Amino acid sequence: MNLENIKSEIEANVPGCQLEFVLNPSPSAQHSLRLDHAHAVAVATYLRDAADLRFDFCSNVTGIDWPAKELTEKVKVKKLVDGEEKEVEEVRKTTIPGTLEVVYHLFSVEKKHGPITLRMSTKDRETEVHMPSLTPVWRSAEFQEREIFDLFGVVFDGHPDLRRLLMWPDFIDHPMRRDYVAPDDFEYEPTAHDAVLQRANQHQSEAIAKLASEAEGK
Amino acid sequence: MVDEELKNEMSKQGIVTTTLQELYNWGRRSSLWPLNFGLACCAIEMIATTMARYDMARFGAEVFRPSPRQADLMIVAGTVTKKMAPQVVRLYNQMPEPKYVIAMGACAISGGPFKQGYNVLKGIDRYFPVDIYIPGCPPRPEALLDAFMSLQKMIDAQQLTGPNRPRHLNADAKSEFIVPKFGEHDLEPAQNSTVWKAPLVQISGTETDKSAK
Repeated sequence: MNLENIKSEIEANVPGCQLEFVLNPSPSAQHSLRLDHAHAVAVATYLRDAADLRFDFCSNVTGIDWPAKELTEKVKVKKLVDGEEKEVEEVRKTTIPGTLEVVYHLFSVEKKHGPITLRMSTKDRETEVHMPSLTPVWRSAEFQEREIFDLFGVVFDGHPDLRRLLMWPDFIDHPMRRDYVAPDDFEYEPTAHDAVLQRANQHQSEAIAKLASEAEGK
Repeated sequence: MVDEELKNEMSKQGIVTTTLQELYNWGRRSSLWPLNFGLACCAIEMIATTMARYDMARFGAEVFRPSPRQADLMIVAGTVTKKMAPQVVRLYNQMPEPKYVIAMGACAISGGPFKQGYNVLKGIDRYFPVDIYIPGCPPRPEALLDAFMSLQKMIDAQQLTGPNRPRHLNADAKSEFIVPKFGEHDLEPAQNSTVWKAPLVQISGTETDKSAK
């Protein structure tokens, strides 16, 4: 069970697919494959049906939110300073665009091997949030993809029944996104701390001001 | 009113004295029928309380009614998610008066361990009045029995007339409360301000605390 071998096997059998090997540098070394949208279903079907792989069980589907990140790095650049060529340090800023990522964990019950990890990413976090659904390949992904649709806002094309799973239908936010702001109903906080303490403080001072104005009115 | 000592003495002689109020309260407190529903793990403790080992039937609460129309007591046992809150309030509204509420466990009181989440109601008392609160996560069956007995004591002490008479004897008092609607970000309204007001608590280390000193 070597992911490199699996990758080359898929590439040989699914023509045109673009797989990216995602290295996990930690001791667990759980590397993964990133699929391209156009061939995702074909690759998944191959993984499920190929006689030597038979990944017949999708145990887990998970979402990850990667907000846009700004990287600052110091680069040494050769520049002409006073007619003389010098090495000058320059701060260069690059922004990595945000993306929503979905991770699938596959096992083979028949061959007793696994897991392997598949990844897919959306183009961005705002409008291009579509991605092919793997529910037609593994039925067990259905509710988990619905949950990811609910909490992260990834739209799975080809999903048989894409509705919100945990929140109500009229809810418009995606609570597991990192920029989600929960409704502020922390009026009563007997053991508040940190960010909750700040919010509770604000509510507290508002309530005291209201009480004071009421007392003046009387 | 008959003096308590005299009443005891007379009952030893086989003479029973009572008042209409006592009889009425005794009848109500001895046949509190809870509504048969649970929301989370507290419900498992509630079920244990009704079973043979703890035997809630001793206190006249053995019949858990599957319909709110036949129930007197709502035991909010478990986490009230915001998606579930309108249904809980609607069940409460459908119960006939007199009706009582026990908020069982940390979640039903305040949201408990999920308080800082986005999807859990921070206490069911934001939408309708609660008579007895039981802390615990989950509370043991003994705690529920204690709450039940406290509720019985509360009912026993109720006056049938006068300004302090209970809600069901007061035609002006409301027995139905606003059922919240699913909004785009939160329940609307987020709390029923006629029922619930944020208690002012002393938060240690806060500005208000410092100014008070």
